[in-house]
Amino acid sequence: MGRARPGSAATSLLAATTLALSGCGPAGGSEDGDTVRVGMLHSLSGTMAISEVTVRDSVQLAIDEINDDGGVLGRQIEPIEEDGASDEATFAEKAQKLLQSDDVATVFGGWTSASRKAMLPVFERNNGLLWYPVQYEGLEASDNIVYTGATTNQQIVPALDYLVEQGHESLYLIGSDYVFPRTANQIITAYAEANDLEIIEEEYTPLGHTEYSTITGEIEREEPDAVFNTLNGDSNVSFFQQLRSAGVTPDDTPVLSVSVAEQEIDGIGVENIEGHPVAWNYYQTTETPANEDFVSAFQDAYGEDRVTSDPMQSAYNAVYLWAAAVEEAESFEVDDVRAALDGIERDAPEGPITIDGDTQHLAKTSRVGEVNEDGLIDQVWSSEEPIEPDPYLTGYDWADDITEVEEGE
Amino acid sequence: MTAEDTRATTRPAPTAASAAIPDPRPTPLARARDPLTVVALVAAALLVLPLFLDQFRLNLFAQYLCYAIVAIGIALAWGRGGMLTLGHGVYFGLGGYALAMHLTLARVAEDPMAQGGLPDFMVWSGLETLPLLWRPFANPAFALFAVVAVPGLVAALLGWSVFRQRVRGAYFAILNQALAAAFVILLVGQQHLTGGTNGLTDFPTFAGNDLYSPEAQWVVYVIVVVTTALVYLMFRHVAGSRYGSLLVAVRDGEDRVRFLGYNPTWVKTLAYALSAMAAGLAGALFVPVMGIISPEMLGVVPSITFVLAVAIGGRYSIAGAAVGAVVMNAAQTTFSESFAGGWIYLQGLLFVVVIVFAPRGLAGVVQSTTAALQRARRARATGGTPDSTHRTSDTPQGTDASGSPR
Repeated sequence: MGRARPGSAATSLLAATTLALSGCGPAGGSEDGDTVRVGMLHSLSGTMAISEVTVRDSVQLAIDEINDDGGVLGRQIEPIEEDGASDEATFAEKAQKLLQSDDVATVFGGWTSASRKAMLPVFERNNGLLWYPVQYEGLEASDNIVYTGATTNQQIVPALDYLVEQGHESLYLIGSDYVFPRTANQIITAYAEANDLEIIEEEYTPLGHTEYSTITGEIEREEPDAVFNTLNGDSNVSFFQQLRSAGVTPDDTPVLSVSVAEQEIDGIGVENIEGHPVAWNYYQTTETPANEDFVSAFQDAYGEDRVTSDPMQSAYNAVYLWAAAVEEAESFEVDDVRAALDGIERDAPEGPITIDGDTQHLAKTSRVGEVNEDGLIDQVWSSEEPIEPDPYLTGYDWADDITEVEEGE
Repeated sequence: MTAEDTRATTRPAPTAASAAIPDPRPTPLARARDPLTVVALVAAALLVLPLFLDQFRLNLFAQYLCYAIVAIGIALAWGRGGMLTLGHGVYFGLGGYALAMHLTLARVAEDPMAQGGLPDFMVWSGLETLPLLWRPFANPAFALFAVVAVPGLVAALLGWSVFRQRVRGAYFAILNQALAAAFVILLVGQQHLTGGTNGLTDFPTFAGNDLYSPEAQWVVYVIVVVTTALVYLMFRHVAGSRYGSLLVAVRDGEDRVRFLGYNPTWVKTLAYALSAMAAGLAGALFVPVMGIISPEMLGVVPSITFVLAVAIGGRYSIAGAAVGAVVMNAAQTTFSESFAGGWIYLQGLLFVVVIVFAPRGLAGVVQSTTAALQRARRARATGGTPDSTHRTSDTPQGTDASGSPR
């Protein structure tokens, strides 16, 4: 199992216990071989719980469906659930527990970039496999993570293309102060320089900030053609409310959001955000046969009033993609599963998706939608075909400055 | 085992002298007993625990010990000094970041892919050269020095300026809390220097050694155990010294101490700085144990959690605080692993139960139980009801006098 042999007598005691616990046989297998253990690691408490619980529900749904269908390689999936508690250290600790003590075959988990960054070294040094379901800031490609959400060239760049197509010439950038908005805005700024877009202002507020009257006032005064919104969480509620009070309408100044999905619209209030555009790869209204099944299965399981969103759908896909890779590899071992990832396809609720083995990201279709009066999102634009993932934006000349970072790992 | 010890040492001298004079001035016998118990506990942690725990659990235990070190420091500042510090996350963070910065540079130095010898977040943030602030941290000796020096210095400056103005009680607590909040905002805002909300993570090497190997993890564990023991003995010594008595005196009657010719500012500043240095050390040990340090761990909530651990363990007892931190965090792990959905309610219940039924924490429960046992034994020996009335009233460590804010 590639574990280093203990060298000194002092460590032999410890090593004996670890070796005994690490066990032999296939990863994640229980003694009787009827089940395969997988980890589910999301925040069930703390500020992120409201979002992450929906993703957990989708993972559970996919596991139940696969189990009802006979399982994976004839084994039932046995999820082991842990609470990341909206705290990076807890994510690292629980990931370690799942990999070392529970010996799971794979883990579905994470939402924030910070939680992913915290788990990454744990997965790399234990050679685990993490399925991360949320769109993120790109510039990463670990062998031990499969990214089933969008990277920047499948969400932010197409959204900018859409805004330019609509004839917008100036942008106001507003974001929460953390890595995703800051990286996103760097990309946006580089794109703007190459495409003659004017960036009027770039503003950051702390996570959880609720006082936006200064910023909405400035938006009203400066009259940008559009606002690019990378605020996260509760801040969106205050921002959109105060924006509407300031009299800014989607017709004057559309606010394009990349972190507001169906799940968040209810909290913001439909009347505050109706008509504003959002960019994702999937909406509850996306018209594919797989989506009809997904939405009805989800609502059957969790209630008619529940909505489905992009991260939920990506998490749901992740379980099926992992199962397909396991079947393809005929093994639960991480190295075998990884080798089988390239080219795994699926007709997902968001349409056709394919795993790119080099980056372990998905090729997926990009979509821009508008919030309608029911609090759902109507698609108004989509890419013609699935976009190949390009987490380091190597295919875009204007992004050279941002992405000279190491390539190819 | 400890009950055995207690009985063995108290039996020869059950007179009023040894029973009534509490903590700060123990008998020579009790003085020797303490380090011996600590040595026994260290030996148990190093030799016995690995037989029962796998590497992940040992690692968790090391993490609890890091919190225990913080608790030891807080017990001195709060329990003895009456300074309710709701911002120790800052010092934990300063120590943790000092070492994490060095480990990050060590990783980058060995990574041929790293652009311009910079950590990835600096590259994204548009930096081209290593910031001045980071440069000295390439030197491991400087980083280790900074781990205790920076928190100590910051706390000393803050303490001196605040205590000189005679800020105390709730105002001092609020000020500390604000400091923790501001520190987090600073760390998140200065993404190019600190890695923002992601914090610093992924530390494969220290001084050329692979930190992820089982051997290295074992060495880290040994270091954490031994450091905890040393910090405990040192703080125990400080609390039992003349200075320790002076600190309690300042807590209970700052103005009286001032009239006696002492300067309470320095007495309090020293205790506050010492407790900050302990927190810094704990933060630094936490980094190789957990492999991450991020603003989330240093803010208002973790700072309050540090204090809660001390409250659960018993703030007047340094050992109690340390045990409280281990117990509380172990309970948290157990709850969250057993009830991933509802553990946080159980933890809340634990706090309420302890504060309502044992306001002096676990240490208070142990003290009253021991006292009750002794009384019962003496009652049996003399055949009548003993002079229990005055004995219960003279537990100075237990009384919460005016100087101590709640």
